Amino acid sequence: MKIVKILGGGCPNCTILHNNVLSAIRELKIEAKVEKIEDFAEISKYGVMSTPALVINEKVVGIGKLKYKKVKGLIENG
Amino acid sequence: MIFPWLDSSVSWLIETLDIDLDSQVGTAIHFFIYDTIQITLLLIFMIFIISYIRSYFPPERTKKILEKFKGIIGNFFGSTLGVISPFCSCSSIPIFIGLISSGVPLGITFSFLITSPIVNEAAIVMLFGYFDYRIAILYISFGILIGVVGGFAIDKLKLEKYIEDFVYNIKNANIVLPKMNQMDRFQFSWQETFDILKRVYKWIVIGVFAGSIIHGWVPEDYLVDIAGPDNPFAVIIVTILAVPLYSNVLGTIPIANALIGKGMGIGTAMSFMMATTALSLPEMMILRKVMKPKLIWIFIGITTVGIIAIGYAFNLILGVI
Repeated sequence: MKIVKILGGGCPNCTILHNNVLSAIRELKIEAKVEKIEDFAEISKYGVMSTPALVINEKVVGIGKLKYKKVKGLIENG
Repeated sequence: MIFPWLDSSVSWLIETLDIDLDSQVGTAIHFFIYDTIQITLLLIFMIFIISYIRSYFPPERTKKILEKFKGIIGNFFGSTLGVISPFCSCSSIPIFIGLISSGVPLGITFSFLITSPIVNEAAIVMLFGYFDYRIAILYISFGILIGVVGGFAIDKLKLEKYIEDFVYNIKNANIVLPKMNQMDRFQFSWQETFDILKRVYKWIVIGVFAGSIIHGWVPEDYLVDIAGPDNPFAVIIVTILAVPLYSNVLGTIPIANALIGKGMGIGTAMSFMMATTALSLPEMMILRKVMKPKLIWIFIGITTVGIIAIGYAFNLILGVI
């Protein structure tokens, strides 16, 4: 099972990314655990300095605004 | 006028509508239409180019560059990277934590934080459009200078104890940034252009509108005595008035341009613009999460003094030329 984390302190783009991740998982019909990380101390541990960021199985795969197609590809291959 | 064809088209349109171009209404309408279109075109073009350059300098990369430099050279690089690094207020905390926790000195971090909001790519574009390239270059140079001096002062004051303790307990990780090809960079730049434009557009329209009113109805030379280059207190008064005023720099440029036309000193207008953007209440409240109030006050103090100094310098330099 994949563990997907969305890093970001509640900015509008973070919410968009969260929704995209949920739809992508539904569309791909894969099992994944989705977590939202909003604590800045926790976010910084990943070395991320601009939010939102997408983490799959503890690896940062995307930073900043991501298109739905890109998110889907990342979740499929990550 | 950067676009003479646009200028004549707008004039033609106004005359077709049977409005006298030299009347107050005519002048104001011309200013409003011409400026709105000119700014939009310039912004799209320039933000795209700047975003493309920025795609090579994400904050994670900035951090790696800043780790290498110490002392005043570090302040210089911190300040310069503040000009080009993508940075919106919702990212200021992760950036601050990231820089401090990876060992970048507080002073250098502040050089970055001070310059970042002061020198804004869209503001550069508008200065270029309204005045000329010399003013735009002066603005960038002075913005970098405030960041260097401010960061240097903060370093000398030894203020590390005013950072919230948890920041120092974070172990910062270096990440391998996801790779970008040229296509990604173009997409990023286009996205940025669109986002920035969407975010700032209402400020531009409000600003241009206020500018056209001033342009059409405030008498010539009205401000010479109150805010002209020869009034020694103008810069200080204008800056202090502007600090609590929360606006976007883009809205203030057309207003500043119109005020200059009525006799306000250019340096005074520059201080006004910088003060409205550099210091805002929402930004300070975000920073409160990582620093204690005393440090925030020092930050506000140093930046305000820097902005006032720049106003005087500008008035002096442009008075001589």
